[in-house]
Amino acid sequence: MTKLLTLISRRSFLEGLNLSVGGLALGVFSGGLAVAANEASTAKGAPGLNPNVFVHVAPDGAVTIVCARSEMGQGIRSSLPVLVADELGADMARVTVAQADGDKVYGDQNTDGSSSVRGVYDDIRRMGATARVMLVAAAARRWKVKPEACEARDHAVFLRDGTRSLGFGELVAAASKLPIPKEQDVKLRPKSELRRAGRPMPLLDGPAYVTGTAVFGADIRLPGMLIAVVARPPVVGGKVVRFDATRALAVPGVKKVFELPAPKPPYTFQLWGGVAVLAENTWAAMRGREALDITWEDGPNASYDSTTYREQLTASIREPGAVARNVGDIDAALASAARVVQAEYHVPHLSHVPMEPPVALARVENGTCEVWAPTQHPQAARGVAAATAELPEEKVQVHVTFLGGGFGRKSKADFIAEVVWLAKEAGVPVRVQWTREDDVRHDYYHSVSAQQLTAGLDASGKVIAWRHRTAFPPIASTFGQATRPSPSDLQQGVLDLALSVPNVRAETCEAPPHVRIGWLRSVYNIFHAFSVNAFVDELAHLRGADSRDMLLEVLGPPRQASLQELGITALRNYGASVEDHPVDAGRLRGVIERVTAMSGWDARKAKGRALGLAAHRSFLSYVAVVASVVKDDQGRLRVDEAWVSVDAGTILNPERVRSQMEGSVIFGMSIALHGAVTMKGGVPEQSNFHDLKLVRIGEAPRKIHVDIVPSELPSGGIGEPGVPPVAPAIINAIFALTGTRIRELPVSRTLAV
Amino acid sequence: MTVRVRINGEEKELDVDPEMPLLWAVRDVLGLTGTKYGCGQALCGACTVHLDGQPVRACVTPIGRAEGHSVTTIEGLSPDGNHPLQKAWVELGVPQCGFCQTGQIMCAAALLAKKPQPSDKEIDQSLAGNLCRCGTYTRIRSAVKKAAGMSEE
Ligand code: FES
Ligand code: FES
Repeated sequence: MTKLLTLISRRSFLEGLNLSVGGLALGVFSGGLAVAANEASTAKGAPGLNPNVFVHVAPDGAVTIVCARSEMGQGIRSSLPVLVADELGADMARVTVAQADGDKVYGDQNTDGSSSVRGVYDDIRRMGATARVMLVAAAARRWKVKPEACEARDHAVFLRDGTRSLGFGELVAAASKLPIPKEQDVKLRPKSELRRAGRPMPLLDGPAYVTGTAVFGADIRLPGMLIAVVARPPVVGGKVVRFDATRALAVPGVKKVFELPAPKPPYTFQLWGGVAVLAENTWAAMRGREALDITWEDGPNASYDSTTYREQLTASIREPGAVARNVGDIDAALASAARVVQAEYHVPHLSHVPMEPPVALARVENGTCEVWAPTQHPQAARGVAAATAELPEEKVQVHVTFLGGGFGRKSKADFIAEVVWLAKEAGVPVRVQWTREDDVRHDYYHSVSAQQLTAGLDASGKVIAWRHRTAFPPIASTFGQATRPSPSDLQQGVLDLALSVPNVRAETCEAPPHVRIGWLRSVYNIFHAFSVNAFVDELAHLRGADSRDMLLEVLGPPRQASLQELGITALRNYGASVEDHPVDAGRLRGVIERVTAMSGWDARKAKGRALGLAAHRSFLSYVAVVASVVKDDQGRLRVDEAWVSVDAGTILNPERVRSQMEGSVIFGMSIALHGAVTMKGGVPEQSNFHDLKLVRIGEAPRKIHVDIVPSELPSGGIGEPGVPPVAPAIINAIFALTGTRIRELPVSRTLAV
Repeated sequence: MTVRVRINGEEKELDVDPEMPLLWAVRDVLGLTGTKYGCGQALCGACTVHLDGQPVRACVTPIGRAEGHSVTTIEGLSPDGNHPLQKAWVELGVPQCGFCQTGQIMCAAALLAKKPQPSDKEIDQSLAGNLCRCGTYTRIRSAVKKAAGMSEE
């Protein structure tokens, strides 16, 4: 894709961000459309205006970096500015970060797929460098010297002999009149000159978080605002038959009650229907909802039952599916194998439950709509808001607040549709507040899955055949008709798994949906990494081999596995080319070797503890985890220590990489040990944190060790890749400790945790 | 009905139903939004405030119970955000999304007030009711110890 740097002088764009028009403003544009660096062509409506990163230097020297991605704990706001500041030679104390509204002008803003850094690393660096070159050129002209005689540092341009200097602010007026230098004339600083990138950086928003001043979704108030709490149909596809709001309206503080329109499949980001109670305060709205008398019609999904569905999925993976990957002749190889091993794995629906449940505020008046929301996907939110308010997108603004966690839940714009519909209907600003029960019962659940792994071993115990069948209702079913995974869904841990096995086949099997399915942090990798790593561990034990050696043997020698070797014709590869991001068995081996060395794998036979290992490639990064499991004095299993080795290519902020890995271990532990949403009569059986358990501090390992592989390869993801190997590492350790093989999550179904 | 409470050192008279949970009185009536809603059932600790110095879950504490008592929210924990816990939290980069952290800090502050040098076990027990979905627990432990002037390990 062509990328183009340009000056931004569009007044409305700058003013929308409270930036002075007189400064030097640069954006990186993608899309290949030539936009010249002058006011006329960048004027309103110019197509292809896509600065996916953007920097502004004001006449007073203040540097602003616009962050178009949402902050949800990954630390993007603390990470991106540093690169610009380093390239520019800016003083960090004079750099601020502005949060962008949802606008196509920023290119892709969807904060998912672990793409915040990998999407913009090069652009942002080049942008900082370009601004530096322009400031230096302006100074050189002023002093009538060659640019080479000048250098930018400490927020100023200096004559190299140190005799003169000019602050950035003094140079912006002249610099902004210069032509944009050509790409070949912009030299990036050598890595050794980048003072902060790749080193730990302080948490920019730390003080706001610890004093309670960080503004989250529920923290904005507008005059005349009402709070809405909604009774949604208990079963997906259900409807209100009739309702009586008399008692609800009698609750002091309750102002209005509305019936919301019922959505039609496919549900996408539509609101859920039901009845909304609007009140002066949140408590009155909650009490008003309790006082509603509603008769529901449940529809066809009322028969959805997790126990029955589990059997249905098991039956599905016992039949041949559609082939998604094929190498050699699996049937012949299995028929001739000395030994055939087979195992089936089940992972239930999981919920996102970010600590901040969905919440949003909207005002619809005078032909405009304004939304404040903790959204991961501000442009989807804007589109949905515009459609709901029946306004053109230009009339809709979406302001992104801090996100109290997202994990994929807040990429969905259902709660935006809801709040906009209500604000329009009510004629006053409305904040919709989801309760925790609402969040658990009306989630876009992580897909329930069943998998069957079959291996054929030769007489020496070497794997000569590998068949992986997987069945789960795909996310595509939320957006259209789909009753089985597509081949591209299998990029997540099935197709991109390098195997040193001559006969391989992957198949997808039927799994019709009954609830809204959505992406949860690391998505299908969760169950694919679980089954693959557990199965290899099973094979190792059957053969009496060391699990690490077995894993390395199955992966094979260090190499970049071609599509042909993988037995596929295409790999989605998280949107990246296989040239930039090959399937690299060597890198996966690397993290396995490092994590086992660090955790003392070879000396692991210590009394009373057992180690388990798992490794996985996802989001273009490679992560291996070793978990140590012990039995406490009450006989409960506990993860007392964990080691993570991550190879994510070039990283920007190692401190936030570490924190993401630590968080991934805890997140993965919740999945492994407790997490499950089960359905009965089409309704989730869980509702709040008493029956939907998450790991608490007492269960957290004593220590989580994180090792980051030094690398200058292109950046991979960070927010998600740490999660998939955690659950299988734990269940492999549990097997080593107890001899009980867990093939169904969560562990709490089988053993005390 | 009016309820008289001392909030962050200031006498307030609130015109509310005494049954209204302290959480919503603090957030919706007083506009102090540092105290968070995470579950409404005393299961997550996001709403933790101090009532006469004791940590309570504001989501299940009727404002009437605070009548004549003193409530401290995160906004009143320290004058400039410089409580030793707040400083340790920033220095060790504890927060990820940050949402649970005000509740964690309020809980930890009550612990340190009565137990200036807590053991790991005491930290875990005091914070057992505070969930963090981002998984910052190991750093929370370290930050409590740092604030208490204890060295790690
Ligand atoms: S909101 Fe009070 S404990 Fe969760
Ligand atoms: S930091 Fe996000 S929930 Fe604790």
